[in-house]
Amino acid sequence: MHAAILVFPGSNCDRDLKVAFEAAGAAGAAEGVKVSMIWHKDQELPHGVDIVAVPGGFSFGDYLRCGAIAANSPVSEALRKHVARGGYALGICNGFQVLTETGLLPGALRRNADQKFTCKTVALDVATQNSVFTSEYSVGQRINTPIANHDGNYFVDADTLAQLRAEDRIAFTYVDNPNGSVGDIAGVLSANRRVLGMMPHPERAADAALGGTDGVAMFRALSGLAAGIMATA
Amino acid sequence: MKARVFVMLKNGVLDPQGEAVRHALGTLGFDSVQGVRQGKVIELELDEVDAALAEAQVGEMCEKLLANTVIESYRVEMI
Repeated sequence: MHAAILVFPGSNCDRDLKVAFEAAGAAGAAEGVKVSMIWHKDQELPHGVDIVAVPGGFSFGDYLRCGAIAANSPVSEALRKHVARGGYALGICNGFQVLTETGLLPGALRRNADQKFTCKTVALDVATQNSVFTSEYSVGQRINTPIANHDGNYFVDADTLAQLRAEDRIAFTYVDNPNGSVGDIAGVLSANRRVLGMMPHPERAADAALGGTDGVAMFRALSGLAAGIMATA
Repeated sequence: MKARVFVMLKNGVLDPQGEAVRHALGTLGFDSVQGVRQGKVIELELDEVDAALAEAQVGEMCEKLLANTVIESYRVEMI
């Protein structure tokens, strides 16, 4: 499996993501996981990338709007092409903001309802098993992952919310909504279920010594992605 | 030619910053304030001389980058 992690000026979870992917690769599939770090000025992804991961952080200092400048940088065009040809993508925290700004996922992330930067571990309910990201969890399973954001307040209009529910595209919900997100939504899938955006950080819950292990199942599932799976899933 | 772009959260989208400002104004005794919406102003300097063309360009900039039209509305003023 080949994961490409995008790196913008101000990204700060890129290396955490790399460690989480590599740990999952070392623990599982014989082929392991190859990780490439991709600088934001690159216009093309390496050949054979299965998943593009957009990390958390504060790309471009959160200027204008969180994720807005990153969504219009050269590498984001490569990301759009990757998704258009059926590639997988995972956006975490600022990465989720980037994915909504690119239009690859619906909605937008607003300032948290209480105006505070919120940094704590929160409980999530897994809302669907129907995606590779959530395939190793069960529906209703409660997992603990850290959040660390100022703009995690997910917004979609009522029609889009109804559509997301009808299409089973809500991946995770907050047990105790920390930021005012519509429908308690913590993570949402694209229509083809191959793009996931979420505010909580599964890569910060991927090591028993550092914040728990509830995120490991996501990276384990992703480490099994291969070209063959991409063609059929 | 200059353009001024006003970006505001759409009506119906909760504005926590505006709410916080309203609350603070109330604390200061400005009881008449019923609502506050906070937005941003972006000033652009353009070398385009045709006002209509310039305005069209700024509109495109708003759609592509300056505003997130999922949650924000914008207004362009040529100056």
